[in-house]
Amino acid sequence: MRVEEIGPYRLLRLKRGRLESGIPGQFFMLAPPGRLLPRPMSLCLATRSELGFLIDPVGPGTCALTGVGRGEHVHVLGPLGNGFRLDVERPLLVGGGIGIAPFPYLSERLGRPPAVLGFRSRAYAEAAALVPNAEVVIEPRLVTEAIGPGHAVLACGPEPMLRAVAGLAPGAQLAWEAPMACGYGACYGCAVEIDGELRRLCVDGPVLERAA
Amino acid sequence: MILNASGCLDALTAPDVASQLDAFVTKTVTPLPREGNQPVRIAETDFGMLNSIGLANPGIDGFVGDVLPRLLELGPPVWVSVGGFAAHEYAELCARLDDQPVEALELNVSCPNVSSPEEEVEEIVAAARAATTKTLYAKLSPAVPDVGAAAAAAARAGADGLTLVNTIRGLALDERTLEPKLGPGVGGLSGPALRPIALAAVFAAYRETGLPIVGVGGVETGAHALDLIAAGSSAFALGTVLFADPEAPARVREELEREASARGFATPLGAYAAAHGGPPPAPLRRVA
Repeated sequence: MRVEEIGPYRLLRLKRGRLESGIPGQFFMLAPPGRLLPRPMSLCLATRSELGFLIDPVGPGTCALTGVGRGEHVHVLGPLGNGFRLDVERPLLVGGGIGIAPFPYLSERLGRPPAVLGFRSRAYAEAAALVPNAEVVIEPRLVTEAIGPGHAVLACGPEPMLRAVAGLAPGAQLAWEAPMACGYGACYGCAVEIDGELRRLCVDGPVLERAA
Repeated sequence: MILNASGCLDALTAPDVASQLDAFVTKTVTPLPREGNQPVRIAETDFGMLNSIGLANPGIDGFVGDVLPRLLELGPPVWVSVGGFAAHEYAELCARLDDQPVEALELNVSCPNVSSPEEEVEEIVAAARAATTKTLYAKLSPAVPDVGAAAAAAARAGADGLTLVNTIRGLALDERTLEPKLGPGVGGLSGPALRPIALAAVFAAYRETGLPIVGVGGVETGAHALDLIAAGSSAFALGTVLFADPEAPARVREELEREASARGFATPLGAYAAAHGGPPPAPLRRVA
């Protein structure tokens, strides 16, 4: 395994062994060395020999994962959950911050569609280089200002962004995030309130389609 | 005998994990459906995790009509955890489950609203006992002044066994905002931090009652399980470890066999109550 710096983010590349890459938007539970619980990460890239995960090292778990040394092992479980539906016409990827993590793999599977990616600063926006055909917006500009009409939107990013995108693009596929303990339906920890209902992201999501 | 801790496994979404167990314990079922607490519901701490799920469950009608038939098809015997907010609610839940083909009922009498533990435990267990002939376990909180006295109260009221322990209340703050990480503020602490607490509670409850005990609290390895057995557990349950390792039941079972054998015990239960030295106290009441 190896770790690449991409602005403030880190791209963790793991030898994939017999792991399937799954559908874009599905996630894997990665066990940070020395921590009790694994962390859910969506797949960023897949090659024949490697799986790549884009990680923002902000807490003890993500720092432990991105601090793993060459040759060390990380326990991985997955792919888990429900990914994006790929049979869409005129797709547009809309991402915010570390929410762009599943887009390189998603973009490849969709034939490099256009993307709108929002970041808080130029340093974070370095990660946009991983996504082909991307328009980058930097705060205070928001991705919602750059979404044109007539697209099937596939979005991943912070909750306020997802809720705003849902308002603009009925029928959008939204990839949500929540702290998770297990990733496979055991802990009931990853519930998020969506349209007035608590949904377990690991088994109901993380990608949920909003009724058009 | 290896079980899961109530609330730490959904056998319907993870039947492969449940099939490694000797019995499956359900999430706590309450009289009415509960959606559970508002997110955020979990947080990792240095030596454990906090959860505030809030007893999310379909209620007894939904459970008996929809969930239980599917659980029974999976194979492992089913223990049903029940919880209420008054003794009569526990009694009604137990009466409702009395004719169902479940192996045991576990009374979750460790919810935070239990104000005077010993008296309430005794009242709840007695009400449940009068309502069912099923094997009845009382799941107790370690966050009481004298867990041995609470265990004795459950035994007096007719419990067939005890489950020790439930989580204890904890708080974690966000590093940047210094606000509680969990939506409701506090949550139940589980994981390695509970290990010595569970051992002490099992040790005390065994001394006081001699009842069969399901030990729960931070078991991650066979050695941890053997400790609980030596303290007086006749079975044990896995909780938080299941989240990180869905293969934990099979792994811990193997490790336990090895740990017991390395100490000269023919079976893991050969170490039963070894921590107490001498012969065990006469049991008040035992189930087969």
